[in-house]
Amino acid sequence: MNLDPKIPEGPLSEKWSKHKFNMRLVNPANRRKYHVIVVGSGLAGSSAAASLAEQGYNVSCFCYQDSPRRAHSIAAQGGINASKNYQNDGDSIQRLFYDTIKGGDYRSREANVYRLAEVSSNIIDQCVAQGVPFAREYGGLLANRSFGGAQVSRTFYARGQTGQQLLLGAYSSLNRQIGLGKVTMHTRHEMLDLVIIDGHAKGIITRNLVTGAITSHAADCVVLTTGGYGNVFYLSTNAQGCNVTATYRAFKKGAGFANPCYTQIHPTCIPVHGEDQSKLTLMSESLRNDGRVWVPKSKDIAEKIRAGHLDPNSVAEEDRDYYLERKYPSFGNLAPRDISSRSAKEVCDEGRGVASTGLGVFLDFRDAIQREGEQDIRERYGNLFEMYNRITGEDPYQTPMMIFPAVHYTMGGLWVDYNLQSSIPGLFVGGEANFSDHGANRLGASALMQGLADGYFVLPYTIGNYLGELGVSAAGSVSLSDPAFAKTEKLVRERLNQLLAIKGNRSPRSFHKELGQIIWDYCGMARSQSGLQEAIAKIDELKHEFWTNLRLNGRLDNLNPELERAGRVADFIEFGQLMCRDALMREESCGGHFRVEHQTDEGEALRNDQEYSFVGVWEYKEDAKPVLHKEVLNFENVQLATRSYK
Amino acid sequence: MKLKLKIWRQDDKDSQGLFKNYSLENVSKDASFLEMLDSLNEQLIAKDEVPVSFDHDCREGICGMCSMTINGEPHGPEKATTTCQLHMRHFKDGETITIEPWRARAFPVLKDLVTDRSAFDSIMQAGGFITARTGSAVDANEIPIPKEIADEAMDAAACIGCGACVAACPNASAMLFTGAKVSHLNKLPQGKAEKERRSLLMVEAMEDAGFGGCTNVGACEAVCPKSISLDVIAHLNRDFHTSSIKKILNF
Ligand SMILES: Cc1cc2nc3c(=O)[nH]c(=O)nc-3n(C[C@H](O)[C@H](O)[C@H](O)COP(=O)(O)OP(=O)(O)OC[C@H]3O[C@@H](n4cnc5c(N)ncnc54)[C@H](O)[C@@H]3O)c2cc1C
Ligand code: SF4
Ligand code: FES
Repeated sequence: MNLDPKIPEGPLSEKWSKHKFNMRLVNPANRRKYHVIVVGSGLAGSSAAASLAEQGYNVSCFCYQDSPRRAHSIAAQGGINASKNYQNDGDSIQRLFYDTIKGGDYRSREANVYRLAEVSSNIIDQCVAQGVPFAREYGGLLANRSFGGAQVSRTFYARGQTGQQLLLGAYSSLNRQIGLGKVTMHTRHEMLDLVIIDGHAKGIITRNLVTGAITSHAADCVVLTTGGYGNVFYLSTNAQGCNVTATYRAFKKGAGFANPCYTQIHPTCIPVHGEDQSKLTLMSESLRNDGRVWVPKSKDIAEKIRAGHLDPNSVAEEDRDYYLERKYPSFGNLAPRDISSRSAKEVCDEGRGVASTGLGVFLDFRDAIQREGEQDIRERYGNLFEMYNRITGEDPYQTPMMIFPAVHYTMGGLWVDYNLQSSIPGLFVGGEANFSDHGANRLGASALMQGLADGYFVLPYTIGNYLGELGVSAAGSVSLSDPAFAKTEKLVRERLNQLLAIKGNRSPRSFHKELGQIIWDYCGMARSQSGLQEAIAKIDELKHEFWTNLRLNGRLDNLNPELERAGRVADFIEFGQLMCRDALMREESCGGHFRVEHQTDEGEALRNDQEYSFVGVWEYKEDAKPVLHKEVLNFENVQLATRSYK
Repeated sequence: MKLKLKIWRQDDKDSQGLFKNYSLENVSKDASFLEMLDSLNEQLIAKDEVPVSFDHDCREGICGMCSMTINGEPHGPEKATTTCQLHMRHFKDGETITIEPWRARAFPVLKDLVTDRSAFDSIMQAGGFITARTGSAVDANEIPIPKEIADEAMDAAACIGCGACVAACPNASAMLFTGAKVSHLNKLPQGKAEKERRSLLMVEAMEDAGFGGCTNVGACEAVCPKSISLDVIAHLNRDFHTSSIKKILNF
């Protein structure tokens, strides 16, 4: 597998501009001869599809929802980072770069991260021009807030709906291109396979989710922006349809999958309520700016609260353990996500958790309300408090909120080089679907930044370069009559029919739930060698049962959400095992990956830079275990240090 | 809780639909409405019946995908709440709940509770944007925008495109939806240049898609899960009329 990262020569700060200059340009008149497929209409997909179409390429864009506006980017609440330094608090490209590398626990590629920091400012400019209604100060200038893992205020936001507004911005540019006929939008279409011709990605196979029609689509190159795989855990903050299918299918076609075990557990979600729970709801981490996290110091008090015999407000100050402030005095409640999540797990493991299940900690606004008044807090977090109230029936202005960690983001993804090209030529990957910028842990408000950086400012250039290298004579030359299409289409159809033909006894959801429990227990916040080995064995059994005991009703040629789910679960099962293998391979703790064997005496993560400073890239092997390849990470500009937020 | 459910079942776009009755036991009051339907579907699968299809995705009230009329009200009885954010604690034990899809000419039923709302996208494609090519923007702080204006634009921009307003309207009008987008963009200085064009084109597209006219009933505002105010319709009317007059005078 060719894992040349293709990092341009020269000093870090000049790499991107030099590279842009050196890239091939396609003559504007020739651009309309090329056809690009973009799978996904989230921040990364919409922005890429719109920008490529603006440049003159013909684009086909796909999403599984009924409208591109519904991609799960819509759910992001907190904000988007950019190194504008509008607050004059010492921010800069260099600092955003450094924070991201450090936040990622030194497991990301310097050159990519620097470029991300570099284009971050342009993103805000672009979004404002599109009419994204970011929060403003009375003077009319843009407001900022700070976010976990940073000591400057560089986060731009639109109330608690930043993702929605950014996506609507990208969606509006996309709409304009659809209206102009430059983008053909295929909604309610799911990509079920990738088509490779002469080693290059040249098309996809989709299922029309309404009619069930299975169709081939050909193009000069394919872009995957299909989001993250958090739903492998069953319960997560992802939307119900989020899946690994697109990227996993590409993996099976030869694309390297990088760092699948790097997953992020978000510290501030609403605790689980019961058996029929289908998803977890995130409370934006911006709440940690004003809320204080605590549990009772003693198990006794915690027990009384759990049983409903004690009002948390009446717990005396000296009986409260503000454990983040105690353990990490300089970052306190704003300690990065992995650290905050693990700390919550620790106190709950000690029996000091709250919520009826014992799996919860308090996020208390009492002091902030006293200090700033209820009105101010309402201004800042009103809609989040309302959402909490709607779900739990409790009023956070009166009773402290309860939170617990939940799976939220996946740093792993398809391996890409500096051009965001995967190990399959012609297959580009952007947004959460790639592995590129966040190392082993992502900082808050940086995923929106990355999705839009990829889509607006990176892919349109690097794809142009790829197409330019193909040459005009190759433009539009791929034909659906190529046997690769019929062959792949046939396999897709057979697989779906196979799922329908099992006629066993268990629903797709029951398998998904069981898989999720295995992954959460063994490949969640704390992982061990024996646990991971057990998980791998259990998943083997689960896979076997799935393919012999699944029950599906309904037809192939009709809207059939259970069939969709079954296909996704089938891929999650195999992928879950890959995650466990990756976690087992990585004998160190870093970022979101915590191996219990590798910790300091104080319980902090212990990285092993000597042996594990690499990207773990897996190659699929038919009927055999996947093979590990390594992209060694070279740090020329930052000094590797132990990440400390004390 | 124990529930009786009366649900619209329709095999596909061209079939006749009908209500079918189901009963469901052991529903948790903390479950969401969609989690209740998940339980029903698990039960149907166990009985070898075809589960009920319904649209949903984020399940946190923001994607706008969930869409069903519950006991005659789009998104059900709670104010400012999407179906996915509605919880069973708002229903009574033993209650009969009637569930049907959005009913509107411009939103044909595709299956069971699933409708085709692509007509909304066509309105957006007609003019729901500010023309700002990637890379053409000036520094974000070069356009100061008074906080009140930014806040008003944000209020309108909060629309999730669910279509409840259309489903609630006796005329199946899309004025609240279209008004929300027009207000969001027309209020901002960046959106002024295309203000007139936008209003005209979006209203035209709305009519072409088969939505009805507005007769000021106000049912849309009452069911809107994001509390979009009728003011946006007034705003749209104003901008639309100015544009129409200018257009006539130009000719
Ligand atoms: C609740 C929540 C809150 C968040 N808050 C923040 C925040 O405040 N700040 C921040 O920076 N980040 C945040 N994030 C992370 C961030 O929102 C996501 O990482 C980012 O939006 C992902 O964008 P994307 O374009 O890569 O994918 P998505 O927006 O998930 O889009 C995926 C697209 O791919 C399509 N698709 C997927 N699979 C297929 C398939 N097989 N076939 C066809 N189409 C397919 C979908 O239809 C969709 O259009 C949050 C995430 C969540 C879940
Ligand atoms: S205006 Fe309200 S009801 Fe209508 S689509 Fe928007 S959010 Fe839904
Ligand atoms: S499922 Fe997204 S708004 Fe209801």
